[in-house]
Amino acid sequence: MKFDKYEWTAISIMVFLFILVGFIQGWSVSLVILNMCIISAIMTMGVNISWGYAGVINFGVMGFLAMGGLAAVLVSYPPVKEAWHVGGSGLGISFILLVALVTVVYFITKLVEKKSHKYWLNGLVIFFGLIIIRYFFLNATVRIEEVDPALAGFLGGANLPIIFSWVVGGIFAGGVAFVIGKVALGLRSDYLAIVTLGISEIVVSVLKHEEWLSRGVKNVIGLKRPVPYEINLQTSDWFINMVMWFNSSKLNQIIDANQKQEILNKLIIDSSSLFVKLNYAILFFTVMIVIYYFANKAQISPWGRMMRAIRDNEVSANAMGKDIVKQHLIIFVIGAAIVGVAGAMLVTLDGLFTPSSYRPLRFTFIIWIMVIVGGSGNNLGAIFGGFVIWFAWIEVAPLTTFLINLFTSGLDPQNAIRLHLLDSVPYFRYLLMGMVLLLILRYRPKGIIPEKVRHS
Amino acid sequence: MVDFINSIVVLLNFVIIPGLSYGSQLALGALGVTFVYAILRFANFAHGELMSFGAMITILFTWFFQSQNIGLGIFPTALIALPFGILATIVLGLLSDKFVFKYYRKQKSVPVVLAMVSIGVMFVINAIVRIIIGPGDKKFFDGQKFIIKARDFKEITGFNEGLALKSSQVITILITIALLTFTFWFLQKTKTGKSMRAFSDNEDLALLSGINPDRVVFITWLIVGTLACVAGTLYGLDKSYQPIIYLNLVLPIFASAIVGGIGSPFGAVVGGYVIAFSEIMVTYAYKKFFKYLLPENLEPSSLVQLLSTDYKFAVSFTILVIVLLIRPSGIFRGKVL
Repeated sequence: MKFDKYEWTAISIMVFLFILVGFIQGWSVSLVILNMCIISAIMTMGVNISWGYAGVINFGVMGFLAMGGLAAVLVSYPPVKEAWHVGGSGLGISFILLVALVTVVYFITKLVEKKSHKYWLNGLVIFFGLIIIRYFFLNATVRIEEVDPALAGFLGGANLPIIFSWVVGGIFAGGVAFVIGKVALGLRSDYLAIVTLGISEIVVSVLKHEEWLSRGVKNVIGLKRPVPYEINLQTSDWFINMVMWFNSSKLNQIIDANQKQEILNKLIIDSSSLFVKLNYAILFFTVMIVIYYFANKAQISPWGRMMRAIRDNEVSANAMGKDIVKQHLIIFVIGAAIVGVAGAMLVTLDGLFTPSSYRPLRFTFIIWIMVIVGGSGNNLGAIFGGFVIWFAWIEVAPLTTFLINLFTSGLDPQNAIRLHLLDSVPYFRYLLMGMVLLLILRYRPKGIIPEKVRHS
Repeated sequence: MVDFINSIVVLLNFVIIPGLSYGSQLALGALGVTFVYAILRFANFAHGELMSFGAMITILFTWFFQSQNIGLGIFPTALIALPFGILATIVLGLLSDKFVFKYYRKQKSVPVVLAMVSIGVMFVINAIVRIIIGPGDKKFFDGQKFIIKARDFKEITGFNEGLALKSSQVITILITIALLTFTFWFLQKTKTGKSMRAFSDNEDLALLSGINPDRVVFITWLIVGTLACVAGTLYGLDKSYQPIIYLNLVLPIFASAIVGGIGSPFGAVVGGYVIAFSEIMVTYAYKKFFKYLLPENLEPSSLVQLLSTDYKFAVSFTILVIVLLIRPSGIFRGKVL
């Protein structure tokens, strides 16, 4: 990985901004922003792979993130034994029936020759099949949801370390993407955008309302962590020693023993939360670097060049014997899987899964702004876009408050316009995002760090 | 026989009338999307926000009129404020075209880029609306709320079931009929309308025959602004006004436009009603309806509901996907106006 001067500038600006925030608003804030930036960067890379490499539009980011989140729950949460006991068999029966139904439909499609017969027969079979499945299914789910509704009311998970869910999340999202791709990838790009957006909405509404699976709007809280808890750190000797060693110069200046102990305690509490965030940051950063490495390798490989050929001229790529439909499907699934990984990481970081928080504005359109701003087709650009846009998304609120106060300082503090503006500070970020997107598309349509065209 | 009428009344009250009014709102929205798609040739994601903006201006004027004690008696004051809203929406549309969309049209950008640009516009309008009016729920309906109240209907007719007819629903349906008639008359009979159809059919040929593209674009925004503002205001009158709803409304509107055959105005209207009725019919619990129709021992014990109401939005996308799979060009093979 060799960066040119321009890319180094971009990287150093980012590093500088985080250090600046660290000094002004505190290192804790800086790390919180950094963690989300890294996750955003991974999402952006996922979208960038399908859009930047192959020109396949993916507006279903929100749905794939939610699938990743579901994976985090299903992998790490302890199983609810009682729920399995009352509802497991019913779910099993409905699953077997579903498989049978799909098989029947498949054979009808294969064997019946006349087209109108085929449609009618399939329609009838699906209709009655679904009614039967529904009977077993509803019976089972109602019972599952009755099991201890305040705490459980769902099947629970596999009780494994949550870090596995990052892979599982990728698989889940990739699986959903495979189905969507099979259905929708033949469409024109703006149709595809609308369809993927719609399907992601369906995915989220399923997660919201199938309480036996994901606890729905009741949310899953208290997921396990891949990093130590603050409270455990504060009582462990090695951590206290480490804090003492780090701050030894500061502590040695204080002579009074009580005061020293007090300051030490405060330092330990502060640094434990900092330490946890730092751990997250290291984990996420590793994942980001790994994905970045492979994404770059893939891009310069023959496969990546083929993708570029398909993107730039579908007809001639087809004439060269490339299977466009298949390649589009592959890259759509890969992109979605990376987004799914980011989704699982997001839930890991939050420690809770709230299906109703998945909204297209925040989880689809912002990610697309990151891709466009960063530079589609360039992985470093994608990372940079993720960092810059998330940074702006967070930091624009304090900045706007500052600006509003500055411009209305001549007015009375209780002035209606001033209060109204201060109330609407959160919405200025939408304004900024829209303006940034419009300006970039107008004056720098290839993004801040454009794709490098390699001639080889 | 009485049972039969009762069941029909139930259906009218809970399915047909709400479906007609929601369908009208979707149809007006989808018609706007279709106009942009057929003439300016891109999927306008900002259309929902345009509706929201129009409704917001109408609300602000309604409040102003209410404070001045200007009203229409039993009709909602929003009807006098509506022309101002329409004007503002048209101005916003024209401004967005002049400063944003025009550049890409001249560049002959691909539709996806224009769709992306419209997302940028969506964000900006979204922010403007929220900064001006705030994200909360706004009520602006006044005048007489019901034309027929459920209880009055029961007393007059002597049926078991009441039929409630909200005046907002009647207003929605009447305005929609008027607006649709006007739009179709305009497209079919006037010279300008014909030139727009020609432009959407074949741009180069239209230019050769001396049609002024700037004029066509201008008229398009006039129509789109009007439709968007009316649709947005009617939706707000019927339910309630909340900026976030209009973002969620974009997808059913797109679904309507595509299901009907994108680019075909008639298809957009039909698509609006198809989507609205399927959303309501699939999620309606038919228990009461069957209670009147079936003999007592056959009465259903469950709600007889195909899908829970939580899946209301999902229904429209499912229909969209099915239509795209079976008949990608939509019900009315759309492409041109």
